[in-house]
Amino acid sequence: MFRNQYDTDVTTWSPAGRLFQVEYAMEAVKQGSAAIGLRSKTHIVLGCVNKANSELSSHQKKIFKVDDHIGVAIAGLTADGRVLSRYMRNECINYSFTYESPLPVGRLVVQLADKAQVCTQRSWKRPYGVGLLVAGLDESGAHLYYNCPSGNYFEYQAFAIGSRSQAAKTYLERRFENFADSSRDDLVKDALMAIRETLQGETLKSSICTVAVVGVGEPFHILDLETVQQMIDAFEIVGEQEGPAAEPDAAAAADQGGSTEEGVAPMDI
Amino acid sequence: MVKQQANWSPYDNNGGSCVAIAGADYCVIAADTRMSTGYNILTREYSKICKLADKCVMASSGFQADVKALQKQLAARHLIYQHQHNKQMSCPAMAQLLSNTLYYKRFFPYYSFNVLGGLDNEGKGCVFTYDAVGSYEKVGYSSQGSGSTLITPFLDNQLKSPSPLLLPVQDAVTPLVEAEAIDLVKTVFASASERDIYTGDKIEIVVVNATGIRREYMELRKD
Repeated sequence: MFRNQYDTDVTTWSPAGRLFQVEYAMEAVKQGSAAIGLRSKTHIVLGCVNKANSELSSHQKKIFKVDDHIGVAIAGLTADGRVLSRYMRNECINYSFTYESPLPVGRLVVQLADKAQVCTQRSWKRPYGVGLLVAGLDESGAHLYYNCPSGNYFEYQAFAIGSRSQAAKTYLERRFENFADSSRDDLVKDALMAIRETLQGETLKSSICTVAVVGVGEPFHILDLETVQQMIDAFEIVGEQEGPAAEPDAAAAADQGGSTEEGVAPMDI
Repeated sequence: MVKQQANWSPYDNNGGSCVAIAGADYCVIAADTRMSTGYNILTREYSKICKLADKCVMASSGFQADVKALQKQLAARHLIYQHQHNKQMSCPAMAQLLSNTLYYKRFFPYYSFNVLGGLDNEGKGCVFTYDAVGSYEKVGYSSQGSGSTLITPFLDNQLKSPSPLLLPVQDAVTPLVEAEAIDLVKTVFASASERDIYTGDKIEIVVVNATGIRREYMELRKD
């Protein structure tokens, strides 16, 4: 993407019908460190790579508990992510207070998307520079959604966002058909494998990743370091990852995200 | 010309009594389970006790609709606290929050007479007692509700709470052991239900200690 005369303002259309500021906001998501999510019929697992500014600093928090049945992983401007998490928590608390029941995930992501859309249509605002993987359980089952800075949202069986997420997406595209019936532990293992794909050769340790689970009978929680390390050790022993898949990945399911083609505005996918 | 009086009251009193006793490493909170209105009984099995946090339990008598609203408010505020601080609220913190919440409605109060009990940050039992608009105090034991006038003198006699005005400052917690305190609570309610018509049916006793929270029940007179 190059600078052009239509990209100064979020309220300026380009002749091709694009809002460049919104697309730039989506670029910010691609710069953040990777976050992945995958779901089965009964559980959803979120994982992310912990990026620290320097060896001296702690890593940024990228996975937030929103409610017992909802959690979110973010990529991009983590400050924006924190603010949106606070909004989501408030919405869940208010809904619970009024209706004495948990906020359905589908409702929350729409509210989130509408909130993001507002920022694409006000001259005094800017779009949120963060992509959110919302994992939640409600009466209609286990759900994984991806919320874009553009105000779009999609439901996924599995997805990855952030830098080097394509490697994780490729891994997930190969395996996603099996996820629906996976056990909880297999799902976590797949999440760790997907995270490993984004590390490009770096050793997977529990100190550089965070994993969280939510499922039937299991409120949203972040797994502690020992548990994660044990699971890493368990499958590391299993052996080398299978060779690059020969299956065509373009035939992914309709609700799977695809990569942006040149010329097509990303927010329309 | 006589001043016009209200022909409708937003409040009702559902009766009942609450008691809490603090020990060295435990806290007992108890309330009867009768809910009344006027001279009628609405139900014999209504819980006036609410767990607000891991180590913090509140018992409230008065107008149960206001009590329920107050409990919901505190639960929601506690959730926000947990999100922000990554931990449960301590009993003294919850005590202050309850006071602020009550005073917030100083000019249309929650008709709720509360006792808050639990363990403080060091694991010692603590009891806080309130009026309807949030005035509160840390005490060794307390009683609220319709039976409080019958219960408090008896607790005073048994637990010999030192005056907070005495020097050197004395500990408010009772030297009683957990089992003795529970026994005392049962005795006290049995006596109160003899003479207070609004107290009876069953006592719900909640005990908070280092191992967690447990609940027990005792039958009372049904009349």
